[in-house]
Amino acid sequence: MILYVISVGLSVTMGLMGFINLAHGVFAMAGGFILSTLLGSYGVPFPVAVAAAFFSVSVGSILLERLLYSRLYSSGELAQVLFSIGLIFVSMASARLVFGDQAARIFLPDYLRGQLHFVGRDFPTYRVFIIFFSLIIVFLLWFGVERTRWGAMVRAAVDHRAMAQSVGINTRLLFMLTFALGSGLAGLGGALGADILPVQWAYPFEHLVYFLIVVAVGGLGTLRGPFIAALLIGIADTACKYWTPEYGAFLVYAATIAILLWRPMGLFGVRA
Amino acid sequence: MPAALQTEKLCKTFGALTVAQNVDFRLEAGARHALIGPNGAGKTTFVNMLTGALAPSSGRILMNGEDITKTRQAARVKLGLGRTFQITTLFRRLPVLDNVALAVAEREGIARHMWKAAGRHHVIKDEAMALLATLGLADDARTPAQDLPYGKQRLIEIAVALGLKPKVLLLDEPAAGVPSTESERILQVLDRLPSEIAILIIEHDMDLVFRFAKRITVLVQGEVLVEGPPNEIARDRRVHQVYLGEQHHA
Amino acid sequence: MSGYTVDARIRWTEWIPFVVALAAFFLLPEYLALGSRILIFILFALSLDLILGYAGIVTLGHSAFFGLGAYTAGILSAKAGIHDAFIQLAGAAAAAALLGLATGAIILRTRALTLLMLTLAITAILLEIANKWTTMTGGADGLQGVVVAPILGLFKFDLFGKTAFLYCLAALFVGWWAVRRIISSPFGAMLTGIRENGARMHAIGAPVYWRMVLIYTISATMAGIAGALLAQVNQFVGLNVLGLEPSGDLLVMLILGGVGRLYGAFVGPVIYLTVQDWLAKQYPEYWYFGVGALLITVVLFAPGGILGLVDKCLQLFRQKSSARPSAR
Repeated sequence: MILYVISVGLSVTMGLMGFINLAHGVFAMAGGFILSTLLGSYGVPFPVAVAAAFFSVSVGSILLERLLYSRLYSSGELAQVLFSIGLIFVSMASARLVFGDQAARIFLPDYLRGQLHFVGRDFPTYRVFIIFFSLIIVFLLWFGVERTRWGAMVRAAVDHRAMAQSVGINTRLLFMLTFALGSGLAGLGGALGADILPVQWAYPFEHLVYFLIVVAVGGLGTLRGPFIAALLIGIADTACKYWTPEYGAFLVYAATIAILLWRPMGLFGVRA
Repeated sequence: MPAALQTEKLCKTFGALTVAQNVDFRLEAGARHALIGPNGAGKTTFVNMLTGALAPSSGRILMNGEDITKTRQAARVKLGLGRTFQITTLFRRLPVLDNVALAVAEREGIARHMWKAAGRHHVIKDEAMALLATLGLADDARTPAQDLPYGKQRLIEIAVALGLKPKVLLLDEPAAGVPSTESERILQVLDRLPSEIAILIIEHDMDLVFRFAKRITVLVQGEVLVEGPPNEIARDRRVHQVYLGEQHHA
Repeated sequence: MSGYTVDARIRWTEWIPFVVALAAFFLLPEYLALGSRILIFILFALSLDLILGYAGIVTLGHSAFFGLGAYTAGILSAKAGIHDAFIQLAGAAAAAALLGLATGAIILRTRALTLLMLTLAITAILLEIANKWTTMTGGADGLQGVVVAPILGLFKFDLFGKTAFLYCLAALFVGWWAVRRIISSPFGAMLTGIRENGARMHAIGAPVYWRMVLIYTISATMAGIAGALLAQVNQFVGLNVLGLEPSGDLLVMLILGGVGRLYGAFVGPVIYLTVQDWLAKQYPEYWYFGVGALLITVVLFAPGGILGLVDKCLQLFRQKSSARPSAR
């Protein structure tokens, strides 16, 4: 589920802006570190800290977008890949410098710790919380995209940027905001998921493959795609840990290859 | 005698949108045939189906009597089908000579060779240069294509197609976007094209069409409206209606 | 160097890299280990340039062939007792070629992101295999005991890395010569055509897909040989020959030097590996920072890499000197 929250932002930005941003994990990592710092060093209450993580990453991403990303919109695939790799390196090194080699520690508030007793089994409270929260986000996103005007504009721009521009939609502003949202979501995901996916300096690189898999398999520019893909990966991963702990990662990669070959645009991809 | 290029009941639909409907078309050997019609009539779609870039929904395409409906684009080129693009599709950063030489090399089967340096393949180079000379482009051989004026780029498009020694040549708006000062040159080139080649030209410029074509097909909304020699088409009232508001010569 | 208007005879400037290498051999004997590493990566970079710079295929999975070559050579030696250097190279080349052909045929039907993903997935799978198949590969501990018998029965791999260096230099020479041949041939011109305008290539009857598979296989073979060289020189194969890291590093090296220029593949690794050797030991955290910042700067301001910058400077210089006579 965490994978989803992080990756859906990537799907939208990549699908929308056609920009291959491998550095998405950076925003997730940033979110995680911010949350950790706020909780640990400043004792900020959990909900506030989470919201703060979301907003600060969003704002930060706008800066990056204006300054750097926007220069490369028409630069071609290679340049974008390289740029995002460079960004990953820089942020990884910075993270290591500032935070050292340890993973960020998250001090969960009491009401989120422990277990919930439900239908005869114990579930870790925090995980349940995450699932619910993610579902809420899914719903909000779906609502936002399918029902609001903003969502319609985004969809129009994804389908055909030039047309959208000629209809008077300010694509630059739209991109900026959507990118901010996407990155903010990544930050949120990273923050919330810091318990499960530990946040340390090598984070963006380590999980890059997974983020990309979710997006590529799910399909660029869709909301449903990464949702299903993240779900599949999560299930496959857990299932494999049960039955064939040796070959978990293997199966995920093999499945990715198979799916991408069968449907090069991802399961729900829009561009044919 | 089989036609150089022929379609039988060619159809193409994109979902609910029909862009070609039961198009029956014959291009004879040595023809000078023009395809005209208002914007959105489906002319370029038709050409894309002829070349194999787009698969038809139903119907057949034949070349010299052979069914090529399922043949791939590259294979059709080998059979002698060449085309130019409406939007200039050249190797823009490469020199003019290379643009043509690449086509010649493909035809000759030299493109696979990895041993001898390209610059030493004099047969290819000489042929490419000769072709450029006939189109008056010999002096520009070493210039990158994108540095030349648009009119010359359109000529290069034709040169590349000619480099394939096609038996059938499909010209998609060869004079499109060319300022009138340069279009005369293109017209002269078209006049001098070898007479054995069957040529289909898509054009909006009626001067060019009536000067060049011996037969005209009018395509409207994916269907053939009428076909015949230029003087008949010029007098046809339906054609006038379709082109309402446009000037053309009788 | 590529195309029909170019004179493809070897210019004297093209011998400079080899002269420099030989000079380094005699003048810098303490750095021969680093030197061999550089030579190997130049070969690796050349193989990537073939598909990236000339055919326009963007891949993050080239390490798959590199790693496969390394492990093949290593396993042949450590597990099958085959110590002849050339047989090891041949084995590595064959394995890499097979993988290149198989994967190329499958993934070259796709483009852009999907292609990139697939290349990543393939190298990730190989990394997993290497990680888990500990009996063959030594897993995370690496494959020890890679032995290379004296080359041609005469030249033993000495402790100072002298033989290794010359061995790699010879391999690089052959590789360079082959790549140069390919690039300046009609095939090379055709590759450039694919990169410049794929639609046009289809329209002139080129079987684009098969040509790409061919060059991908050739490139894979070269990468495999480079990997084998690494195994032979280090007498060890670790997991770090596979996965995202070597692919990413290589990409950076090539961009730094300049893509599609043949000699970018020489300049890039020299600078990158030399700086890395020095910097990563002193200040490892700053190393990544520096590389990242450099990469961003290059992409934004100097997309042609170092050689591209050199070109621009030369152009400016020529313009200035030809403009001088026409005084105001």
